[in-house]
Amino acid sequence: MSSVPLKTRAAPPRAQRPATGRQPARRRGVAPRSRAGWTPWLYLAPALVVLAALLLYPIYQLGLISFLEYTQAQVSGGEPTSFQGLGNYATLFGDPQFWQVLGATVCFAAACVVTTLAVGCALAVLLTRIRALPRLALMMAALGAWATPAITGSTVWVFLFDPDYGPVNRLLGLGDFSWTYGRYSAFALVLLEVVWCSFPFVMVTVYAGIRAIPGEVLEAASLDGASQWRIWRSVMAPMLRPILIVVTIQSIIWDFKVFTQIYVMTGGGGIAGQNLVLNVYAYQQAFASSQYSLGAAIGVVMLLILLAVTLVYLRLMRRQGEEL
Amino acid sequence: MSTLGTTERVRSPLPRAGRLRVRRPWRLAAEASALLVAVVVAFPLYWMVLSAFKPAGEVQSTDARPWTLSPSLDSFRRVFEQQDFGRYFLNSLLVAGTVVVASALIAFLAATAVTRFRFKFRTTLLIMFLVAQMVPVEALTIPLFFLMRDFGQLNTLGSLILPHLAFSLPFAVWMLRGFVKAVPEALEEAACIDGASRTRFLWQILFPLVFPGLVATSVFSFISTWNDFLFAKTFIISDISQSTLPMALLVFFKPDENDWGGIMAASTVMTLPVLVFFVLVQRRLVSGLGGAVKD
Repeated sequence: MSSVPLKTRAAPPRAQRPATGRQPARRRGVAPRSRAGWTPWLYLAPALVVLAALLLYPIYQLGLISFLEYTQAQVSGGEPTSFQGLGNYATLFGDPQFWQVLGATVCFAAACVVTTLAVGCALAVLLTRIRALPRLALMMAALGAWATPAITGSTVWVFLFDPDYGPVNRLLGLGDFSWTYGRYSAFALVLLEVVWCSFPFVMVTVYAGIRAIPGEVLEAASLDGASQWRIWRSVMAPMLRPILIVVTIQSIIWDFKVFTQIYVMTGGGGIAGQNLVLNVYAYQQAFASSQYSLGAAIGVVMLLILLAVTLVYLRLMRRQGEEL
Repeated sequence: MSTLGTTERVRSPLPRAGRLRVRRPWRLAAEASALLVAVVVAFPLYWMVLSAFKPAGEVQSTDARPWTLSPSLDSFRRVFEQQDFGRYFLNSLLVAGTVVVASALIAFLAATAVTRFRFKFRTTLLIMFLVAQMVPVEALTIPLFFLMRDFGQLNTLGSLILPHLAFSLPFAVWMLRGFVKAVPEALEEAACIDGASRTRFLWQILFPLVFPGLVATSVFSFISTWNDFLFAKTFIISDISQSTLPMALLVFFKPDENDWGGIMAASTVMTLPVLVFFVLVQRRLVSGLGGAVKD
């Protein structure tokens, strides 16, 4: 026991591993009976049927449509569909707006992820420092934000920042400054809403992770005179690594796919499409301009980007020796 | 540590897991800032409910006040009467309810298969369930639209139920895994020795034990379905009687002048069921997330 403080300070993050109890989990994970026969497939059948019909097949269709010429004429059956090869992709990549939207999507998602994680982690640490009553208040408020549907959250935030009737402009003395008029202020407004409704997931998950760290370890670190920041950086963060990876990847995936907030808050992508992100862009191309094949091509690009993120996630998980 | 530890313990008991002792002025500051954050976070919801109860003149007022002296139900009345809101509400409830029950049952079976058995392609399947969660639902709206059209499902509630079922399954399976795993193997062996069949073990022993996990999981499928805006907008194109809540809310957005009172009242009605559901299951939710994330 006496060596604990020294160890926490001197040992590299990797030394924490055995403490998280992954070793026994590996042995417990899978049932001993190996002659399963057809039973697992029987149990899996309903899920696989649903996923094949409504997930795999549409993905195949999405890829297919992106290689065809598919506009209003083909949809109504007036003209036969024709194979375009990579024509749609050439059109897409030749369009400066696509690159602008792609850049905006990446920057916007990155800003959302960083802000959400910073706020969520900071509040999770804060939760461990306070007594039950304020903790309950913060938890309840966060759960409320978490539970709010994206569409109602969007309408409420737009109303809060309304130039005429909103309390925020009055409070900040901004007069009739319109948040949705400028490109960056509109993105900032959407970012605030996204962070508001997604930080609770990070906060609750990281808080649960911190609670699982044995108190003695933190006690030892603080007895050794480590500062709060040092404790977070050198003790808590390494131990929370698996959880932090999960929340980061989840946030990237969610924030990259933001649709409802942009659509509702900026009125379908902002003035002259200044607030478009890939998701909304694809939707507008397909259902507003009837350019279904272009929309599908954008969808394929998104799918590939998210697939890349997922592969990174799987690699990270595997490197940690995680058992599936 | 031993000597230091004892003196420490005399003065104050060892902190519980994961919590640090903090000196009093710091703790008070921390508590004050936590309360401040709580107020800021809760404020949009408060403002939503408040605006829903404000009389028309006060909502559209340039002199917005954080209280109202004459609460009125006018906005709610407009919502319920003019827009056939009850119908939309029932539709939303029906869609979300069906998805929750169906995905819970299907995911329970699938989670049991991947945790209780070892078979070929098991890991591949698990990775596929993980990858499936990342698929951008919105991108698939285009092919799904044609799929629904070809099967004559446009303008029906089925066109909302089926895609949501598919999209909530992968996460549900992934999350339930932890709960099924937590049920000891010995229980299954004991049931087997006592002569219970596999089916009997599944439904009469495993199912009740995993039920809390099912509830936690169902929150997510409920929310994603209840919140759906895109499918409702895209697949229900002409038959208004099949619309769900989000569409009813958008009616109050008008090009010239938004009816903010109506929007806020409709938003309140739409948020309430999720909020209630959330508060009811929040404990299980937190532990469930811990399980899904940690194992």
